[in-house]
Amino acid sequence: MLRRLLPHPLLTLVLTLTWLLLVNSFTIGQALLGLLLGLVIPAFTRHFWPDPVRIARPWWLVFFLLKVLWDILVANVAVAALILGGRRFVQPAFVSVPLDLRTELAISILANTVSLTPGTVSAWLSPDRRTLVVHGLRVTDAAALVHEIKTRYERPLIDIFESTC
Amino acid sequence: MQEIAVSVLIIIGAAFTFIGSLGLARLGDFYTRLHGPTKATTLGVGALLIASVIHFSTGSEMPSLHEVLVTVFLFITAPVSAHLLAKAALQLRVRSIAPPPAEAESSSGTGLDRGD
Repeated sequence: MLRRLLPHPLLTLVLTLTWLLLVNSFTIGQALLGLLLGLVIPAFTRHFWPDPVRIARPWWLVFFLLKVLWDILVANVAVAALILGGRRFVQPAFVSVPLDLRTELAISILANTVSLTPGTVSAWLSPDRRTLVVHGLRVTDAAALVHEIKTRYERPLIDIFESTC
Repeated sequence: MQEIAVSVLIIIGAAFTFIGSLGLARLGDFYTRLHGPTKATTLGVGALLIASVIHFSTGSEMPSLHEVLVTVFLFITAPVSAHLLAKAALQLRVRSIAPPPAEAESSSGTGLDRGD
């Protein structure tokens, strides 16, 4: 019964917060309206979300987001410097990253993270979802780039979404 | 004091947005040009939004936080559109400075029916 009424508790929470931010007023009335939307929308869109989202370690996700935010800051400065430096400094290359992640949401987050962080854009995901092709703006050592993506971003995502604790 | 902070943030934001757009003109091929809009502009827009939060929060008793949503949506959508553009470019075999990846090359031969 609870499962039917509340198929995606996380989505409910996110939608309520989104509503509060959208109306930009934090009152009890708006919170209740947001909660109502948060309950109704997941019920109507159940078919889009066949698998419940499971986050094994929510606090790690917060650390991961902070780390990514910092990396985005650094990425912006680095890419800005490359653009101002001109074509001499640009050594683009495609790099294939073999994926150990299996959850679709986690792969999407990894691809998004890669696109937001230093000099890389995710360009192509193999149909079997086992290889992510990444385009780097300045690749001097392809193996090191793959290693960095795997240890810095993929490892924490595996811990957050796919660990069984 | 607060006005100085807002001004500095707006200048930083404008500078990064400009550099991101400049990248479109300066870089060599389609794939490298993709990097400008996905990165430099996220910080640019981010700085402008923080300026907006500061400016509109100090005037009223309610903090103005819906700028956070703009940031979240931007961080979700910018990489997705970049990924789709890059994927489409690989399918169409757009000219690239870097040698295109072998895996994508071999499967893109089947055309657009290969969706996933």
